[in-house]
Parts: sequence; structure tokens; C-alpha cells
Amino acid sequence: MSDLIKLSLSDARQALRDKEITAVELTQAHITHMEASRQLNAVVLETPERALEMAKASDQRIQNGTAGILEGLPIGVKDLFCTKDVRTTACSNILGDFTPPYESTVTQQLWDAGAVMLGKLNNDEFAMGSSNETSRFGPVINPWRAKDSDDNLVPGGSSGGSSSAVSAHIGVAATATDTGGSIRQPAAFTGTVGIKPTYGRCSRWGIVAFASSLDQAGPITRNVRDAAIMTGAMAGHDVKDTTSIDIPVPDYEAALTGDIRGLKIGIPKEYRVDGMPREIEDLWQQGMDWLKDAGAEIVDVSLPHTQYALPAYYIIAPAEASSNLARYDGVRYGNRVITDGDITSMYEATRAAGFGDEVKRRVMIGTYVLSAGYYDAYYMKALKVRRLIADDFTQAFKSCDVLLTPTTPSAAFPLGQNQDDPLTMYLNDVFTVTANLAGLPAMSLPTGLDARGLPLSLQLIGPAFGEEIILKTAHVIEGAAQFTAQPHKWWM
Amino acid sequence: MTEKNNLIAGATGDWEVVLGLEVHAQVTSNSKLFSGSSTEFGAEPNSQVSLVDAAMPGMLPVINWKCVEQAVRTGLGLKAQINCYSVFDRKNYFYPDLPQGYQISQFKDPIVGEGKIEIDLEDGEVKVIGIERLHLEQDAGKSLHDQHPNLSFVDLNRSGVALMEIVSHPDMRSSAQAQAYVKKLRTILRYLGTCDGNMEQGSLRADVNVSVRKPGDPLGTRCEIKNVNSIRFIGQAIEYEARRQIAVIEDGGVIEQQTRLFDPKTGETRSMRSKEEAHDYRYFPDPDLVPLTFEQSWVDNLAKDLPELPDDKKRRFMSDYNLSSYDAGVLVSEAESANFFENVARGRDAKMAANMVIGSVFAGLNKSGLTLAQSPVTAEQVGALVDLIADQTVSTRIAKDIFDLMFDEGPDQGKDPALIVEEKGLRQVTDTGEIEAVVDAVIAENPDKVEQAKAKPKMAGWFVGQVMQKSGGKANPQAVNAMVLEKLGIEEIE
Repeated sequence: MSDLIKLSLSDARQALRDKEITAVELTQAHITHMEASRQLNAVVLETPERALEMAKASDQRIQNGTAGILEGLPIGVKDLFCTKDVRTTACSNILGDFTPPYESTVTQQLWDAGAVMLGKLNNDEFAMGSSNETSRFGPVINPWRAKDSDDNLVPGGSSGGSSSAVSAHIGVAATATDTGGSIRQPAAFTGTVGIKPTYGRCSRWGIVAFASSLDQAGPITRNVRDAAIMTGAMAGHDVKDTTSIDIPVPDYEAALTGDIRGLKIGIPKEYRVDGMPREIEDLWQQGMDWLKDAGAEIVDVSLPHTQYALPAYYIIAPAEASSNLARYDGVRYGNRVITDGDITSMYEATRAAGFGDEVKRRVMIGTYVLSAGYYDAYYMKALKVRRLIADDFTQAFKSCDVLLTPTTPSAAFPLGQNQDDPLTMYLNDVFTVTANLAGLPAMSLPTGLDARGLPLSLQLIGPAFGEEIILKTAHVIEGAAQFTAQPHKWWM
Repeated sequence: MTEKNNLIAGATGDWEVVLGLEVHAQVTSNSKLFSGSSTEFGAEPNSQVSLVDAAMPGMLPVINWKCVEQAVRTGLGLKAQINCYSVFDRKNYFYPDLPQGYQISQFKDPIVGEGKIEIDLEDGEVKVIGIERLHLEQDAGKSLHDQHPNLSFVDLNRSGVALMEIVSHPDMRSSAQAQAYVKKLRTILRYLGTCDGNMEQGSLRADVNVSVRKPGDPLGTRCEIKNVNSIRFIGQAIEYEARRQIAVIEDGGVIEQQTRLFDPKTGETRSMRSKEEAHDYRYFPDPDLVPLTFEQSWVDNLAKDLPELPDDKKRRFMSDYNLSSYDAGVLVSEAESANFFENVARGRDAKMAANMVIGSVFAGLNKSGLTLAQSPVTAEQVGALVDLIADQTVSTRIAKDIFDLMFDEGPDQGKDPALIVEEKGLRQVTDTGEIEAVVDAVIAENPDKVEQAKAKPKMAGWFVGQVMQKSGGKANPQAVNAMVLEKLGIEEIE
């Protein structure tokens, strides 16, 4: 394995700035590694020629002193982001070979900052899943394996291609999206860092919608500094997305001061769930101790409506999805199944063939909860719960600055394990959906390994637009945890 | 309250028809409700379609504030409640000309609430029709089924164009009232410049809710006739539908709640879908859009800049110009005609101006199928003609002839009326000596009529007519009248 792919985003940035390496060398090393890592199935469309072209242009800008903040850094893009003239499918059959004539705002900002696109990354179909097993391109494999085991593990979902690719050093970072935990849970399963910014921090324009009121773009990286740099490049107001918020993007890297003295860390008691592995409990306690040692204060807080978050999420997200996915009707783009019958039979055949089981399940749930006679009992009630959950956080942040919780109730599980049991699968999101429902920034970072040698992570949740505070706190935990474990490269 | 003169006679007695209208009015704006695409009518198919209009993946709607402003101005024109907080909802259904698979509309929280429209009834009374609400929504595209033997095409130019749906209360009791309502609404929209009201191009179309009942009974089951696109068709559709419903009930049947279509070729309505086949639209707030909010002060500013509306203008015409309700009503039916009238009336006798505008200008335009904008005579020329009547240069009758010369195609079209008078020697004869000679001659030639007139003073009119005829219409009618009475020794005609 080339040394160049060992570099983190910030280290590679430094090496490029110091002209120790060129963007073309760095990109070529990652392309070679990407091709050698196909077994992981993290990349659904490799774009090596484009990558090298972009890298060449980056080298030129570095030479003439006009380098952007991500100049020459090779990254992967979740297939949910529309990329101009590059096939974008949301990993669904229904989109066929759809090739957008437009670029999402977030990826455009990354290219404007000089980043290099290696390719499109796998994800659960339309971002619906927690294991990346619902993709039309097949499951993604987690680079991590349990000690003394050859079993393939899931990389988490829906951003499983992003987490696997970053964990396996295919790219220095990846874009991802998070609707109920789709950045943080895969990051937790692969020992990587993931941040879901505040709702409205990043533009949603050009990102295939799953649940519009919950979707938010963010990065997956290998350390906290890289997450700060990527978040800064992805964030910003966009007039094309009226739910994006017009406030300046701070210098997130500057927030990594290491000084959290006097910071109040809230520990929500409702996140101590039955059946949570002892190892995760210990890890959580360890996290509190590190922060205390760094001069923070630990306070107990209560988020009393937490238990209703998951059911509310699994009503609101499918409701929005059932409507968002109505545009995939075979009329204007993507795959169409021609029938002998009328337009309705064309819709039915197209959508039956185009959508996978999990997507169909959620479209049906969403249609049901919005139907006449059920709307009040389900959708309206879920909106009320959402309000109460947001209020819980507002209340909690009166007595603390940031919340510390586990990211997931378990480490990565074997491929296929939960596939026939959607309810168990949905439990993966139990600690992460609350931040989406409340629109708050949250991040996951690895802090240890379980007994089988698999990464475990902690989550930090901040108040709205509190990205700096969670990054700063995560940076301190990172320094204390010294998480340096790497998956062994069994697939090479 | 039952309006007795509007009842329809059936086999089992009189029936009352109850009507409510949902009018879809296309907002006058350069671009669509949620995208920057042009709204111009008649462009090449699919030439005015943005990524948003075509519902490409990841596209997001952005509200066009011009459309919001137009909706608020319309609400103000309807004397309605303006809601500074409103919400866009998604109305979900599948149709090829609906790219998103949902229409962005407003369901629970519309931008405009309760308002009213006054309509003039045939008997001269005014009736107030309640407006329930006005909301903003997207128009759909258009399916084209006549381009290919077995394929349908879709034109998305109209997809996403802003519509105002204006919903009335079921306050109308006859097809004439429904027609008057749509006409009045159209007039208000045109005054405001918020909708061009062009029904042929589909800028204004109505869904008509029709039910019938025996006077005093609770409301009957209604049927909705979709997308009726002319005022004449609205009348025909209602007449047919009301009688159809009466016939069904009188035959012992029941009215099923239905959506129906009006066929202009047959003048009949037919069922489109029943209640069972009705869509469940699964309305819910559009998560891509934040609630629509604005300040009351913004609304107040719009209210300040609102043009004078037809009802106010009509009242002003009646009080300032002393016009009849009918004349004022005719003049204010379009802002342009009211302006035309005021240009003629300025500094002149208003009644004379109104008579000239309605009796000559409108009649002439009507006959030749021209609009006011296409009129061959200007308000200034009509005013000059009124001046000639006022200073007794010509009589009203001669003025009509002059107007026809000015109006009709020919060398005198659009000419200064004073010039025509000079060239054609149409100046009114006011020289009493000249008039007296003609009067004497007529009296001398008709001794029998003189006797009759003395017994029956109304006969004096016959002499006036004879004198006018002999003078080629140029004699001043008042002078002739006075002289005839004097010569016949009649005090006055009662």
C-alpha cells in the first residue's frame, strides 16, 4: 500500500502545500487503491480520468498560488448527490443511467474549493437503510472484521459506501447524507468520523431527496480536523434551497483549540437503554472521564420524549419519502417499463421494477400514515412528538453546552443478519434520529474497540449551529482516546 | 333565504338551485410560482421548463414573491382577510402532466381568507357573494393526445405557473348569478392586473358546484363540474346540471356526489368520477418550503397602492357625474372603458359624455367586433364632438352622423369632428328667422294637423319632426320646439 493513501485529509493538504507531493501523485495513488479495493463494493462508479484531470488542474493552481482550501484532495461522493455529466442513481434501479445536467450545490462548493472526485459511492437505495444492503449495486462490505473471523460485516447505512471508502483509505474523505443517522451510524461501524450539521447548514439542492425535513449533507473523514475542514467547505447558504439558513460559516478548524474548560457536558439518562452492551456503557463512562479530565463539567440531563423518537421518525420520514419518490414515474427520466395497458399500468410496472423492497415498504408506510382517516392518528401525532423532542433539547441546553451519548447500541453486524427483520434494523437509529427530528448538529467519532476488535463510537449533539462546540469537544475526546486502530487489509 | 323568482319548476313543485364556484385564475407574473421559467402563452412545447418544473431529482422550489404580492393584492380587492402566515402543502396524485407527483398548493392555511364580491342582479338589486378563501397553487402541464396514433405527449410549459384558486360560498341561486359572479370577479382581477381573465387561453376557468333542493330544505348532494372555460358554458352547464339533478330526484333517484365534465358540443354534463373513485390527496405541509410569512405593514403598503376598484368607481361615477346605476355599471365593467369615459367627461357634461360613450362608442365597437384599444376614435375626438353638441354647433342627431363618419372606414375616420362639420356644412341652424320661415311653412301646409294639435298638444311633436326634416336636421331642436308651441298657441306639453 502506497504511503500516500495513508495520509489524512489535513496531512495530505499540508504535503501538497509544502509541494512534497503533487495532486496527480496523490490522486493516482488513490485511484490505484480504489481499483484494488473493488471487493468492498464501496464505489459504484469510478471516475479516474476525471479525477486525474481535476488533479492536474489542482497542481496548476497550487503552482500559481490560487489553491482552494481542498485543493488536490481526492474524495468520494455519495451517489445521492447529483453530479453534472456523471451518472447519479441514488443506487436505485428506477433512475437507470440518469446523468444529471447539473451539479449539487454541496459538491459544486467542494470542486470550487479544489477537491478531486474519485467516483460515486454506494449507499442504501434512496438512503433507506442502516446496513447498505438495499443498494441496486449490492451490499457494501465493511473493511473491519471481527478478530479471528472471515465474516463480512456491514459498513452501516445509508452512507455505507462513504464510510467503507474512507475507512479503507479509498478517499481522504467522502460526502454523505444523514436523515436518521446515515452519516453517524456508518461512521461508528467503520471507525471513522462523521458529522451531520444543523438542518439548513448545507444546501439540499441537487441531493436526491429522501425526507426533506430531515435530510442533511455532511462529511465522513478519518479524524476530527478533517471533518471540520470538510464541513466548512460543504456548508453555506443557498438561495436555491429556501430551508438553508443565511448565517456565515465559521472557521471550524479554528474551533479545535483543545480547550474545553468549564464546558458543561450533558448526559441524557434516557439514552441508557435496556440491553445495551456493557462495552458501550463503559465507553460512554470513559468519554465522560476524558472530558472531566480536560476540565469540563458533567451534568445529568433528561430528554423525556426520547422513547417516542424512533416511532415518530418512522412515520415522518416515510411520509415525506412517499411524496418525494412520486416523481420517479418513468415519464421523464430513468427506467420505464412499457406495458400494453394504460398510463396507470406503466406507473405500476415501472415502480414495481424500479424500487427495491425497503423503498416499497417505506412508500407504503408513508402513503398509509398520510391517508384520510389515519393522518391525525399517525402523521399529526408524529409532528407533535417531534415538537416535544425539539423542546426536550431546548430544555436540556439550558443546563449544558453539548450532549454526549453513544452513537449506536451495537458494533457492526454481519451482512444479512437483520435483513428480514426491519424493526431490529430500525433500532440502529435509536440514538441518532433525535438530532434529525430536532434539526441539531451531531457527530460520531471512534473511541475504542469492543472485545471482538470492532470500533465503537460516541456521539456529540450540539444546539442549532453549534458545530464549533461539538467539533471542539470531539477534538478533545479524539486526543484522549488515541484511536489508531486500522482494519487489516484483508481485501487487498 | 329562498329567492322566489329564481326557482325552477319541476313535476313535484319548485326547486332551488344552489351554486358555489371555484375559480382558477392564472396569476399575472413573468415567471412561475416556484421557478424562474417564463409564463408566456403560446410558446413552443417544453421551451419554458426549468429543472424544477420538470421535477428533476434533488430540485427544490423557491417562492416567487411577485406571485405572493399578486395574491395579496387580489385578496385586498376582494375585501378579504389577508393571512400573514400561510403554508404550502403537497396535494399528491399521479398524472403524466404533474411531474412532481404532487401539486404544491395551500390546504389548511391559505394566504387569503373570508372576503366578498358584490354582483348586480337583473332587477337592479345588489347581492353579496361570500368568498371563502383564496390560495396559491401550481398549474399542471398539458397532455397532448392528438400528436401520434398511439402515444401521448406532455407539454410542461404551463407546469408550475401560479394559479389563484378563489373559492366562493354556495351563495348563488341561478346560472345568471353565477355568470354575474364570474364576470365581476374577472373585472376585479383585471382592474388589479393580477390575472388577465382570458378564458379562451385558460387564464380563468371555473369548477362549478351544483346542487338542488326544495325551498327551505337542507343542502342537497352536490356535483362538481370541472374546468368550465367560458361564461356562456358556465350558464349552460348549470342549467343542464340543475335540470338533470331535478329529473333524477323526481324519478325517485338520489344524487351521487360526482365530478362531472361539461361537453360544449352537446351542452350536457357527464360523469368523470364518483366519490368512490375520488383521489385521497394526502395533503401535508411541503417540507421543501418554509411557511410563507410577511409583515402587516407590507400588506398595508400594497393596500395603499391598490387602484380604484369597480364598485368604488361606480359609486363615484353615480355621485360625481350623476350617472344612473346602469350607465355607471356599464362604464366601469372594464378599467379601460371607465378611463375612456373619464377622458371624454373631463370638463364636459357627464351625461352627454356617458351617452356618447355608451350609445355611440361602445355600440360601434360592439358592432364591428373591436376592443376599446382598437377603437378608431380617441377619447379626445369623442370629447370634441361632445363639445360641439354642448355649444349647440350640432344637434345630438347630427352628432350621431358625424360620429359614424369618424368611426367607419373612410376619409373621415378619426377626423376632428369640427372639420367634418365645416366641410359638410352641418352647422346647426340657430337663426330664428330661418327657423321661423320653415315653421310657418309647415303650419300653412297642414291646417288639419293644426286643429288636431290644438285639441291634443302632443301632436306638436309631429310639427317639430317635420321642421327638423325640412331643415336637414340642422335646426336646433329646442328652438324649433319653442317656436312650434308658440305658433300653435300651446302653453306646454304635460
